[in-house]
Amino acid sequence: MSRQANRGTESKKMSSELFTLTYGALVTQLCKDYENDEDVNKQLDKMGYNIGVRLIEDFLARSNVGRCHDFRETADVIAKVAFKMYLGITPSVTNWSPAGDEFSLILENNPLVDFVELPDNHSSLIYSNLLCGVLRGALEMVQMAVEAKFVQDTLKGDGVTEIRMRFIRRIEDNLPAGEE
Amino acid sequence: MADAALFEFLHTEMVAELGAHHSDPGPGGQKMSLSVLEGMGFRVGQALGERLPQETLAFREELDILKFLCRDLWVAVFQKQMDSLRTNHQGTYVLQDNSFPLLIRMASGLQYLEEAPKFLAFTCGLLRGTLCILGIKSLVTASVASLPTCKFQVVIQKT
Repeated sequence: MSRQANRGTESKKMSSELFTLTYGALVTQLCKDYENDEDVNKQLDKMGYNIGVRLIEDFLARSNVGRCHDFRETADVIAKVAFKMYLGITPSVTNWSPAGDEFSLILENNPLVDFVELPDNHSSLIYSNLLCGVLRGALEMVQMAVEAKFVQDTLKGDGVTEIRMRFIRRIEDNLPAGEE
Repeated sequence: MADAALFEFLHTEMVAELGAHHSDPGPGGQKMSLSVLEGMGFRVGQALGERLPQETLAFREELDILKFLCRDLWVAVFQKQMDSLRTNHQGTYVLQDNSFPLLIRMASGLQYLEEAPKFLAFTCGLLRGTLCILGIKSLVTASVASLPTCKFQVVIQKT
């Protein structure tokens, strides 16, 4: 009986660490492949974007959320549904700009950085930059052009991890001329 | 806890990105990208193995370790058990997965057969890395006759 229980717990623990460990191996490899941190950051963003444009379908299929009517709704869905579903955490949504086109996601703890310490010679590395690309790619598929960037990072000694999201514009569907 | 789908998405993107970056048109090209992916899998397999508590590591026999890979490790990583395990009792094991999750999203059958090795390299390394932590030196290769079925061959290296 207890052997069964042990097996279950071990599997669960291993599977939650698999993504984190694989992501760490990826960042390590990219740091070897690219000369400087800026290039690694760009690569992580690009890979994140490619993941985001596919992840959105998985998300919409599994979450049953309807179309968001404004950026505030979008923010809530991102924090309370998407982050919860994929990373098991619920960041808080704060620091709204007066125009309602910018907000912050505050992550008390970032699962990607478990077991991670930045070495001294990588101070410009944005370790979790994949997340920004994912957000950008996923939102683009639902007709929103946004900018996402880290403004605080626990890996760099900040108290929390903060992602700043900025709405740029709505992406209109391109209809051929003459059609409605 | 990170959702299993995230690992699959990340893996697919890694294959696309590292496969492109590390290969050159010459014959050595694909091999280089496969070994990069295999190496990453190896480090992850080691890290996973290191996190197992001591009781789990008290295996009596080599076969118990392979069974552990087929059951516990596979369930943790792919949410399913390996479908079959065969051995010649002389250090060679063949682990067969009839519906390998990292191949499922690709068409089934013979289409994309050429692409399949890239999608198996990381997992081969993962198996090799976990075995390494469990005290076993091995060579792990994979073969696909028809997607999404694949076989992982583990050959124990006697030191």
